[in-house]
Amino acid sequence: MPARSGTLARAVTGWAFALPFAALFLVFTAGPVVASLAMSVTDIRSADLLDPLGVNVVAFDNYARLFADPKFVQAAVNTAVFVVVGVPLTMALALLVALGLNSGLVRFRTLFRVGYYLPVVTSIVAISVVWRFLLQPDSGLFNELLGLVGIDGPSWLDDRPFALPTLIVMAAWRNLGFAMVIFLAGLQAIPKDLYEAATIDGARTLARLRYLTVPMLRPTMLFVAVITTIGYVQFFEEPFVMTQGGPLDSTLSLAYHTYNQFGFGNYGYASAMGYVLFVVVVLLSIAWFRLLRNTHEQ
Amino acid sequence: MSSDRIRSRDVVARVVLHVLLGLGLVAMVGPFVWMLLSSFKGEGEIRRVPMTWLPEDVTFANYGDLFERLDFPTYFTNSAVVAVVTTVGNLLFCSAAGYALAKLPFPGKRVLFGMVLGTIMVPSIVTIVPLFVLSSNLGLVNTLAGLILPFLAQAFGVFLMRQFIFSIPNDLLEAARIDGASELRIYWQVVLPLCKPALATLGILTFLASWNNFLWPLVAASTEDKYTLPVALALYAIGQNRTDYDLLLAGSVVVVLPVLVVFVLLQRHFVRGIATTGLK
Repeated sequence: MPARSGTLARAVTGWAFALPFAALFLVFTAGPVVASLAMSVTDIRSADLLDPLGVNVVAFDNYARLFADPKFVQAAVNTAVFVVVGVPLTMALALLVALGLNSGLVRFRTLFRVGYYLPVVTSIVAISVVWRFLLQPDSGLFNELLGLVGIDGPSWLDDRPFALPTLIVMAAWRNLGFAMVIFLAGLQAIPKDLYEAATIDGARTLARLRYLTVPMLRPTMLFVAVITTIGYVQFFEEPFVMTQGGPLDSTLSLAYHTYNQFGFGNYGYASAMGYVLFVVVVLLSIAWFRLLRNTHEQ
Repeated sequence: MSSDRIRSRDVVARVVLHVLLGLGLVAMVGPFVWMLLSSFKGEGEIRRVPMTWLPEDVTFANYGDLFERLDFPTYFTNSAVVAVVTTVGNLLFCSAAGYALAKLPFPGKRVLFGMVLGTIMVPSIVTIVPLFVLSSNLGLVNTLAGLILPFLAQAFGVFLMRQFIFSIPNDLLEAARIDGASELRIYWQVVLPLCKPALATLGILTFLASWNNFLWPLVAASTEDKYTLPVALALYAIGQNRTDYDLLLAGSVVVVLPVLVVFVLLQRHFVRGIATTGLK
């Protein structure tokens, strides 16, 4: 009897600690994840909030409509380009900076680390506002700098071929500090003896990088790749503030299109799009995992 | 002789590295410097070609406008209240739930932890529609509570705290139990003090994420008196004030500066905390 009441008491104690979180989590996170899936197979619209009985189950109609929606296809292509170009670009730049800072040849490392990390902590909205000014075709800093070397810079955000690449470069600028910090931690975790042994064996700098540093960094790369991909798949603030998805939808992203459809009151349709985005995030994470998992641990 | 050559190669490498990293640093920090300097310029000077770096006539009028023409004190207060309450809530609820998940036996524990893991990666756009419907049913749309509650206890925080508390030796907790300490006391006086590094990381990350959060406040705050700073700034930047450079630059400084100050002051904890979170 005392044993049983002891178990009960411990169960109650455990739940008492977990309850505030669990309640909020169920209501505001787990519940909506399920509800979103349920809504995505209905024709619910904003007007139905007052009349829930007007909602019909339409099975996979929303998903079928998505792929027939030219704006969705355009947004999917834009998001794919943003991720496929942006993630490797961000990671490559971050790795270069991290290798430089970790080389043992650089002074003022804290200054560099703080400086490169600065954009990560600041609001994307504020950054987008500032970059919009810097990218002004006639009075912006970029085109003035280009003018110094005789180049007549384009209208970065209004010319169709330049708008999305500009946003990609800006995203790399903003996010490389995060990846750099993680890479630095990963680099410092590689035992120094390995480098000494490789040097004694005659491995030159590039060989050490290719056969020692990169393989040892795989778990770190996996983490950075997954986190960066998840962030980039959802890109929204930059086009919202800088281009409103234009010119001609060339910077419309999946998250932005979802937001717009939500704004138009197409709740079922927006939920379906959100779920597609979710599935893409999961699939890409799995893809990174297969690509970068440690081959020795298979 | 060969060691001389190695040394001179080292010197060249040093110089090249410093120049390259230095140029990169200018590219990273330059936009912020330009933003801060230009926020003290008059409208005419901001638009001038060729552009200036240092303001010729320093003016604080742009900041005055934030108060007179817009309602920035309200947005600032909203942002601060939302970020502080969200941070305190996460520190408290996530550490308590993390303790339960790491050290206390209770039925449903594995299911709860599984759900936490399963939702860590869910993009916020996925839940935005049901969250809005829920909020409007609960009367939370366009209230500060509505901006706070969905983020008050987040899966990531529980995961972080659970992992950290898991590594605290059980003997320590058992010793306290044998001394007759209640679980609440163990949590408060043994576990939490040991969790300071994790709490610092979680607190900083949560505060930043909340201060910079955009999508949900954009959806959930419908009148100006409930706007947070990023929402107000974004809506001004794309609305009828879109060409008021003076106003928008001063507004950007107000959004960015508090965070930059906190970051530069705490940067050591910051970088260490983020690195350890990343490697776990």
